[in-house]
Amino acid sequence: MTDQAYNFAYLDEATKRMIRRAILKGLAVPGYQVPFASREMPMPYGWGTGGVQVTAACLAPEDILKVIDQGADDTTNAVSIRKFFERTGGVETTEHTAEATLIQTRHRIPEHPLTEDQILVYQVPIPEPLRFLEPRESETRKMHALQEYGLMHVKLYEDIARHGAIATSYAYPVKVEGRYVMDPSPIPKFDNPKLSGSPAIQLFGAGREQRIYALPPYTEVVSLDFEDHPFEPSKADHACDLCGAAETYLDEVITDDRGGRMFVCSDTDYCTGRQAAGHRGRLSPEDAA
Amino acid sequence: MYVATKGGERAIEAAHQWLGEMRRGDTEVPELSVAQIREQMTLAVNRVMAEGSLYDPDLAALAIKQARGDLIEAVFLIRAYRTTLPRFAASLPVDTDRMEITRRISATFKDVPGGQILGPTFDYTHRLLDFALMADGNAPRAESREADGSPSPHILALLDRDGLMEPLAATDETPPDLTREPLEMPASRPLRLQALARGDEGFLLSMAYSTQRGYGRTHAFVGELRIGACAVEMDIPELGFAVEIGEIELTECETVNQFNGSKTEPPQFTRGYGLVMGQSERKAISMSLVDRALRWEELGEENTGAPAQDAEFVLYHSDNIQATGFLEHIKLPHYVDFQSELELIRKLRREAGSDDRQEAAE
Amino acid sequence: MDVALSGGFARPAEHAARAFRACLQAMARPGRIYPVTGAEPPAPLSPAAGTILLTLADSTTPLHLAPSHDTPAIRQWIAFHCAAPLTGAGTATFVVGNWAAMQPVDRFARGTADYPDRSATLIIEMEEGDPNARLTGPGIETAIDARLPEITAFEANNAVFPLGFDCYLTHGDRISALPRSTRVEAL
Repeated sequence: MTDQAYNFAYLDEATKRMIRRAILKGLAVPGYQVPFASREMPMPYGWGTGGVQVTAACLAPEDILKVIDQGADDTTNAVSIRKFFERTGGVETTEHTAEATLIQTRHRIPEHPLTEDQILVYQVPIPEPLRFLEPRESETRKMHALQEYGLMHVKLYEDIARHGAIATSYAYPVKVEGRYVMDPSPIPKFDNPKLSGSPAIQLFGAGREQRIYALPPYTEVVSLDFEDHPFEPSKADHACDLCGAAETYLDEVITDDRGGRMFVCSDTDYCTGRQAAGHRGRLSPEDAA
Repeated sequence: MYVATKGGERAIEAAHQWLGEMRRGDTEVPELSVAQIREQMTLAVNRVMAEGSLYDPDLAALAIKQARGDLIEAVFLIRAYRTTLPRFAASLPVDTDRMEITRRISATFKDVPGGQILGPTFDYTHRLLDFALMADGNAPRAESREADGSPSPHILALLDRDGLMEPLAATDETPPDLTREPLEMPASRPLRLQALARGDEGFLLSMAYSTQRGYGRTHAFVGELRIGACAVEMDIPELGFAVEIGEIELTECETVNQFNGSKTEPPQFTRGYGLVMGQSERKAISMSLVDRALRWEELGEENTGAPAQDAEFVLYHSDNIQATGFLEHIKLPHYVDFQSELELIRKLRREAGSDDRQEAAE
Repeated sequence: MDVALSGGFARPAEHAARAFRACLQAMARPGRIYPVTGAEPPAPLSPAAGTILLTLADSTTPLHLAPSHDTPAIRQWIAFHCAAPLTGAGTATFVVGNWAAMQPVDRFARGTADYPDRSATLIIEMEEGDPNARLTGPGIETAIDARLPEITAFEANNAVFPLGFDCYLTHGDRISALPRSTRVEAL
């Protein structure tokens, strides 16, 4: 049931229009961070207020919404955000990637391939990929305007010189359509290849930092690298212990205090789906059937 | 056997119930009313109004009660409520010259037209715990007498008349509003002042203090500090004139700062300005010091690299709601990022030949 | 009922949400055509163009009516339903009209190097016709054919990317979009 004390999807219409205009400009200039007058939301900054505002501006009554945090539908913040939209938008929700028309995510891209009928909204903490190299907004804005991305390459190269590899494992910077360097949000670099050429619309919202950016479908997104040190998506070198999947991103779970551990899909819906279809992993319970 | 944790929803609900119980505390002790907080915790209420950017003592008191006295949490409640309110109109600028003064002091002149009024201040209290307040306190009455009705002009205006003060041109320009437009750098002075007025008192205090200790020193004197009620007026187009729609309590501070002059300006005094809702004296003084420090560029002063001179640094970090949200978000799950870091560290160690013991054991 | 007072969204939040999704899909997938409904503005403003305005324009977005659409009835309808202040070509966030009436288009804001988003969105009322252009770029899997009012102006607009204006093409109750990122080639 929708909470009648608030407008559909919480935000007032004027605020939604402002966010909608920013999203459209974001789509028109893929990878460019559009400033927007982020509102104070009834949840803390840093907890998905940007994603929530983008979702609120996009949500239609017919939508089926999925909210994930770390790949899982049942993490507390995902539960909290899903409840918020059930309450203020009255929309149907789901835990199944394939059923959802709009997915808000924190830190993961679902394993199940997305379709043209889906929108993926990312929660972004620090939208500026150059921020940790240059803290000043006035400077980074100039760097984007002039395509001065040398500093980023220097940083990555220094990693290689020091560690023999690029020491960035999540929020790994990408270049969009050969123009803007973009922060893909803190997804593991394992997910980076899924950013490129996706049939779905991908929207990024950073509430505290007041930025929205976007990737239209079928946009070319390249992870920054060097010829002699090509980008490598990586994951734990195991298969899922519950569903046996060998190609998914895994969470490492500590099972006892003697060094015991297991690896399970971080995408809980994907893993449950595989188990339901009869796939089994190293530590699956004996089949009852 | 491992089963992925479920039940986030139930856990959240239980946590909220527990929170409610803790907020109430021992039910043998009478519950605080919102009116009691509004009347007896006025300075906390004022701080919540100022940093929440909403002048409503009842709602601020309610927020304090709901937040168990956590003032930043209370400010957050007010901000989240405020952002949903429709905007009907904008008031005229308040005229602090016509303030009904409860406190007015100047550090620069011994006596001034309109007089110095100490008002309800802690300044000369000896900070000794008053154990009588632990018992049911009586209601102390202050002696009062009629105001003599003489005007209290702004003290800096007196210096202004002698041409010793930097001139300040009035403008009809609508100031920007950072609650409606994204903060943009470089920020104009009205925008900076708005950010400072909403900013965290503790942050501004530290920034201001750092300028006094030499990090962007501006040699400030409190030219005038005044606290009192100001009428809020609104133009009603149908009527063709402004009507008073209410009254708010404000604290205003103007500092006088030494200025040696520049290529274009003769030596004169300059100002720092602070205006805060409610009785928020520490904040108003801090604000005026920080405002003055941030003006180095327009006044042609040297940038010494002091934090208080750095507008981006000050404005992007003064908002306690932004700060606390981002700070506290690191307690949210970060399994995925952490896992990718784990893999990276293991890989780098393998490549460096320092085998991870865990990996070796496997 | 007065034409100026009628023809707005019956249920603003829901109608605007659905209309925005069409605007969003269109801008994300240049050249594809989407139906939009909700507004019933006075002619010659099409229901599609009217719906875009109700969805995106308001008192904070200056609107330029090209001569083809600068009529008292449209002015009144705009004033009542979206309150967008009318303005000249150079300061407009949104521009409405047919292509001929919009000329020359280099008057419209195309953003700055620092803020390429500060650019105009053109809502171009179209006649029906066969595709005359092949579009490629972000949002398009391989290529898509579309009807444009001309080719050269859009080639020029794409050439200054990331600057440039963005367009909605409207006819009746249908919209498609042509953002500055789209590469245009004559068929």
